[in-house]
This record gives sequence, structure tokens and C-alpha cells, in this order.
Amino acid sequence: MKTFATLYRRIDAATSTQHKRQALIDYLRLAVGDPEQYASAAWTVYFLAGGKPRQMISTKLLRQLALEATDLPEWLLDECYHSVGDLAETLALLLPPPTRVEDAPLDLWMNERLLPLRERDDAERLAALRGWLDAMPSDDRLPFFKLVTGEMRIGVSKLQMTQAIAQATELDAKLVAQRMMGYTQANRAPQAQDFVALVAPAEAGEDGRPLRGQPYPFFLAHPLQAPLSAFPELLGPVDDWLVEWKFDGIRAQFIHRAGEWWLWSRGEELVSDSFPELAALVDFLPDDIVLDGELIVVAPRSDARSAVDDLSDLRPFSELQQRLGRKVLTPKMLRDRPVALIAYDLLEKDGHDLREKPQRERRVLLEEVVSRAHSCAMQVGADLPLRLSPALTQPDWESFARQREEARARGAEGMMLKAMNAPYGVGRQKSGANLWWKWKLDPMSVDAVLIYAARGHGRRSGVYSDYTFGVWSGPPEQTDRTLLPFAKAYSGLSDEEMRKVDATIRRTTIENFGPVRSVRPTMVFELGFEGIGASNRHKSGIAVRFPRMLRWRQDKPVEDADTIEALRALLPGGGA
Amino acid sequence: MTKDLIVPVAEGLYCPPGNFHIDPWRPAALAVITHGHSDHARWGSGAYLCHEDCAPILRRRLGDVRIETLRYGESRDIGEVRLSLHPAGHVIGSAQVRIEHRGEVWVASGDYKLETDGVSAPFEPVPCDVFITESTFGLPIYRWRPQAEVMADINSWWAENARAGRASVMQAYGLGKAQRLLKHLDANIGPIVCHGAIEPLNQIHRDLGIALPPTFNVGALDKPGLSRCFALAPPHAVQSGWIRRFGDHSDAFASGWMRLRGNRRRRGVDQGFALSDHADWPGLLQAIAATGAERILVTHGSGEALSRYLREKGYDARPMATEYGDEEGEAEPNVDADTDGA
Repeated sequence: MKTFATLYRRIDAATSTQHKRQALIDYLRLAVGDPEQYASAAWTVYFLAGGKPRQMISTKLLRQLALEATDLPEWLLDECYHSVGDLAETLALLLPPPTRVEDAPLDLWMNERLLPLRERDDAERLAALRGWLDAMPSDDRLPFFKLVTGEMRIGVSKLQMTQAIAQATELDAKLVAQRMMGYTQANRAPQAQDFVALVAPAEAGEDGRPLRGQPYPFFLAHPLQAPLSAFPELLGPVDDWLVEWKFDGIRAQFIHRAGEWWLWSRGEELVSDSFPELAALVDFLPDDIVLDGELIVVAPRSDARSAVDDLSDLRPFSELQQRLGRKVLTPKMLRDRPVALIAYDLLEKDGHDLREKPQRERRVLLEEVVSRAHSCAMQVGADLPLRLSPALTQPDWESFARQREEARARGAEGMMLKAMNAPYGVGRQKSGANLWWKWKLDPMSVDAVLIYAARGHGRRSGVYSDYTFGVWSGPPEQTDRTLLPFAKAYSGLSDEEMRKVDATIRRTTIENFGPVRSVRPTMVFELGFEGIGASNRHKSGIAVRFPRMLRWRQDKPVEDADTIEALRALLPGGGA
Repeated sequence: MTKDLIVPVAEGLYCPPGNFHIDPWRPAALAVITHGHSDHARWGSGAYLCHEDCAPILRRRLGDVRIETLRYGESRDIGEVRLSLHPAGHVIGSAQVRIEHRGEVWVASGDYKLETDGVSAPFEPVPCDVFITESTFGLPIYRWRPQAEVMADINSWWAENARAGRASVMQAYGLGKAQRLLKHLDANIGPIVCHGAIEPLNQIHRDLGIALPPTFNVGALDKPGLSRCFALAPPHAVQSGWIRRFGDHSDAFASGWMRLRGNRRRRGVDQGFALSDHADWPGLLQAIAATGAERILVTHGSGEALSRYLREKGYDARPMATEYGDEEGEAEPNVDADTDGA
């Protein structure tokens, strides 16, 4: 724990990415050179790259532990928690100092102590924790609690971890990215040999091609924010680009190798079990093939459809959400909300890695593969859960811009632009001509009033940074109109603005409810969001997707904020 | 019940039978001052009464004002009350105000800490019937490590930077914290630079007989000197051109608020050292118990939480509204913590 805690503190104290990376590299170099550390290094990489094991100790139990150890009343523990904004840190600050000190490596902590706790009852867990904490140096407690609460929040991304490993081992970053695929899956317990496999020298012929069910690193897109007038100069002629809809689903990689299939999400989780209907693809796709595409809920039907790129029946993301995170998929769920994979890239065919081939060639091969699968399915009358993302064509960028306006009506968020001559890259590439661009519609927006505020977490602990917004229930002439809450948002403000908003909240508080305050309506914000739908979770009857603050409208009096009618008008179908 | 000896009024804490105010935030006829920080010693009162070591700070801050002084333990009759000052251990010349009226004793603590800092006279508990306590750090998450440990950390941070050839720039409040740091820095590591806003306060301390290591103006050091120096500056100075003189440097902030990770992150400094001139949670409880008082009034900081906790322990405790920091607004450091020497 000490080695891990020391690394955690060094990363946490770092004020620049450069310092952070150096801390990782220094750690990895030592670990690579010391076989005794491999097992603990396997876990260290897992946690810092974002791995989260299933919960080993409940929050309730941790609170109970703190109350016993400190003899504080529960309300005071809550008061402390609200002030700190992080349970792990609150516990680390409150517990009395240890009476003795011992140290055990991270792998022993995980494999022999923490993971087995899942099989114990609460009394045994408490007793075990009490004993361990009494022997843990105060400095190691914060990383320890971060680890058991599964909330690292230390600002290391999987990409940074990949680069640090590459730099520490002098391996090619692409190869490391390939080896890292799936490393941080939730139910994994990485072992010494997993770390060895990450950092081992490249074998002859090892070109980063994955084995069996392993996916390729996803190629990620950059937002395109240039004005339309700059497109010709920035992008060149439209013929150089593959233009497609940007779908609002889950990015996924479908792998069919040696008669088996796997489905990986963009978050590098294996999600095959959540989407069993995709098993049907195996019967119609050739072996040793990898597709990249988007999972999306479609209208249920039983007969085969005529066109492989038919997109008339796409359902909103909210329906897909209902399928996620379910332990048990009922037949009714599978029947009412079937998914389809909208394929837009072909990464492997006949066991050959196609990623270095230009987009143009991959597209031709993709069309062949998907069309053939589709027509085979047609012959047996099956509705194959596979579509082809249509390639859109227009004579110029202005025409594409006009077509993009239809995106929402088609259940898309905008368009994707992919260079015809470009290979399929790794991750989010920094620069160059071979990028993927996401050209999204401007978000929908309304002017809303801040009505509740809660204190934030992490870097914003103690600051009122999480807000609930409302719109008016009626027009200004209606004297008894009220503000109806419809969205929560916490991003979009600069630190400076947040400081001012925080101060205003403290000045205009009406009431405290635990960590939340109601405030006198004085502040108006332009709130942007990507989607909107009916909901019974908010009083307003409306829920929005990805709400964030676009602008603080200090120029606007609260009376002029939007009404619920303005929101309803944005609902699909105009809220009739 | 007899009438309260100290009541909050528009100008500040007021003693009716003595007809004077304690640390008034608006002008009063007679202001009894607990210590020289700007939120306690404000401009505009007709006359000031404070500890003799606080007087030079008041003069520097308020200019040519009428000041009378007392030594610790020396008493003076004002109106119907007998008043005396007792060490609070907060900064040099800081005092608790003891007021006695017809056998009843009230003590207003001002700001205080229990640990001896080597610069200010150590805190002394004063038995009383009613104790008005501060509560800047009135939550159990605030527990300080011993000064010797924190200073050892600061000295080794400096030594490590000096070895690497970069300056160590410490942000700290200019009155109290700066001199406490100076007192315990290991001057063998390198030269010590003080910002122009701090040096005059150092001089006041030296004039009062506090031995501090030699300090330099930033312009007095050559490049090799700067590259291993320890530099002290008030938090506002780090945005100025002054900081650029040091080139590549490591920065730090010394304050009780640095106990919390979120505050360290927000400050954006390399190191946050939790070193405070206020009492921590155990310190507050210890000080309160040592007075023997049964009635406790809690000013600035976490007044609500501390009073509720005390009530549950059997005290007659409640918060007392002051303007030394409007509840948590000032207690939480998004509003600059440097007004109260935290």
C-alpha cells in the first residue's frame, strides 16, 4: 500500500500533466525492473487507468466504521462530509491515528483482503477494516479509501497510462494501446503475468493485432467547430470525405473470430451479454471479421426489411439507456427494444488487420460484407440486426450544412466527416489531416433560472457548483407563476464565474436542506442540451440530455427567462 | 438572569455596562482590539485599547490614531466593568478580553490557538462564566499536526528545491504566519526573501525583541542566490511581476485550509502545508473546557455545528452573528482566506 500511496500522492500533488506523467514513468521503470513488484503493479495500472472493481465495502459500512471510531454524532459526520465533498477524504481526515504500523503490497491487499470481503457479512467486514486501519499510516488512508470506494478521480486517463507505459518500456504506443484493451474491465483481478504481458518486449511479428476476443483501440473523433466558410480551406473538396450521420447510440466493436463473437463498448467493457440478439450476426457474417459501429434501439419487427441502410426506425437514446445496466434482460425488453448495429467501419477481414488501408478501400469492403450478410438474411426472411451507415453525398459543404439540419428528425446528432485517404487511427489523435471530425448540431437551449445549488466534489469540494434550473410555469402576466425544475448542470462556467455564482448563492440562500440550498431566483443561464423527452422525474414533466451552462446571462432579469411552453416546443413533435 | 455583558449590535460586539466595543466592524467611540488582523482591527474608531505589542501593528495599519495599551494581566476599570487582556497565542500581541461586572466574568477570545508558536505569548485559559469563542476551524476534520512536524516538512521541501536549483515560493499571510515560518525555517539551507508587504511587519517583530533570521529584498540576491532561496509573499503578490524574478520555482501555501484536498487543488500550488494560527477542533474543545464556562457563544466559522455539538454535551451554546467572516462564506476559502491569517 505504501508504494501505491506514495505514487498516488505524487500524482495528486502534480500541478501539470508533465509532472503527472513523470511520476507514472518513474514508478513504472522501477516496477518493470523488479519482478517482486509485478503483481502489485498489475493492480496499480488497473486502478490508475480507470479500473473499478465491484464494490467491496458499502458506503453505509464505511460510515458506521467512522462513527464508531470517532464517537461523533451522525449529523456531524454529514456536516464534515458536506464540507469536504468526498467520503474517502472525510474518513481519512476523521479517523484517529494508528496505534501500530505495518505495510502490505497492493496485490496482497486486493487478492487476500479486500476482494474476499465480498463473501463476508457486515460484522466481519467491520472487524477486518478496524484492524487494518489501526495499522495504516495516516498518509496512506486517503488512497486506501479512494480505492475501496472506487472513486479514484486522480486525473490520469487511460491514454496517459498507455503513453507512460510506452515511454517507460520504450515500446510503440500503438502496441501498448492494443495490449491495454480490456485491461480495466470491472470484474477482472489482474495478476503478475498480466503486467508482464503489458510491458514485455515486442515479439517478432507482433504488430499489435489482437488475439481471439480482443478488440482494436477505437479511433475517436474531434469536434469540428470551424464556421462553414472555413470548410473549403480546412477540409478541401467534399469528394475527399466520407460523410455520415452521427448516431446517438453506443459505439461498439463487433468481433467474430473462430466461430465465436464478442461485443466491446467504447469504454472497453465486454458487453456481449447485454446484447444477445447480435448473436444472429454470426450466422451471416464471414469468420475472422471485426466491425466498428453504433448500437441503437430500433422499432421491433419480425420480417426482413428491404434496404440495408434503412434508418427510418431508429429510437432515441433514452430507450437504449433502459437496456443498459440491467442484470436480467427480460424477453419483453428484448422484444420491445431490440438493438441493431449500424456498421460504419471494417477493421479486420479474413484475419487481416485493415486499419492501415485508406478509408475509401475499407468502405468498399464494408459495403460488400454488410450487403452480402443482408441478402443472405433476406433469403431466409430474417430481420438481421445489422445496418450499413449510409454514405451521404452532396455537391458542396453548404448543401451538407442544409442536410445536417435534418439530423434530429432522423435521430442523429449531426454528421461525421472521415478523410477518404486516411487509415484507421488509434484513440484521439492530436493533429494531422487524417482525423475524424464530429460536426454536431448546435445544442438546443433555453434561458433558465438557478433555483437550487449543491456543493461539488473533488476539485470543487466546498464550492456550490452543482445547480438545478427551472423555467416559468406561465407567461409574465400570470402573477402566480412558479419556477418548474427541469435540469441539473454543473459544467460550462469558468472558475472565476463559479466563484461569483457561489458567492451569490450564499447571499441569496432561502433554505438549507442538508447539502442543498434553495436560493432566491436572481441568476439566469443559457442552458444547452442535446436531447429532450417527456419525464416524470422532474416537476416540469420534461427531461433533457447533457445539460450544461452555455452562458451566464447577467444581462437578463429573471422575469425574462423562458417558460415551460418554450421547452415543450422543443419536444419531438413540437409538444402538441 | 442578569443582563448580558457583551451583545452583538450594529457596530460589533458591545459591552453595555462598560460602554465600549470589541473588534468593531464599524467606527465606535472606544474599540478594544484583540489583535491586528484587518478583519478585527478596523479604521475609524475614536480610541483604541489593545495589548502593548499590538500597538505598533495598529499604528502601521491605521496611522495616527489614539491608542492606549495594557500588558497581559493588567486590569483597567472602564465604566462599571473591570477589563483585562490575556494571551491568545494567535499572533503577536493577540489577546483574550476578560470583563468582570458584579462578580460575573465574560471572556471574548478573539482568534486563538493552543500550540506555542515561538512568536506570540502562549495561550492561557481564563476561568469565566461565559466564553465567546471563535470557530474558524470548528469541524472535527480539522486536526493539526504538531508545528515541529509541519516545519520539518517545509524545511525539507525547501532543501529539496534548493538542491534542484529552484526557488521555494511560499504564500502566507503577512502578519503572524510569515513570522512564525521565519522563526522556524532552517536558514542554513539558503537565503530568505521577503516580499515588500511582509518586511515592515518583520521589523515590528524584531523591534519587539523577536529574533528572526536575516531576510532580503528580492533585488538584493544574485541568480545563484535566487535559485536556492525561500521566498515569502502574501497570496495576492503571486500574480504580480514580483514572482517572475524567481524563474522556475516550486510554490506552496501555508494555511489551515490546506488540510483539505479540494482547497489544495483550487489553490493550484505544488504544496499545501496545513499550518494554522487558529485552534483546531480538539483545541477548541480543550480551550472551552478549560474556561469552566457553562455558557458558550460561538462566532465566525462553523458556529452552527460547534454550538450544536456543545449543546449535545450539556453546554448552553449558540452561535453569535459577527462580521468576522459571514458564516462559511469566509470560512471556505473560495473567498480569499488571507483576511484572517488562517
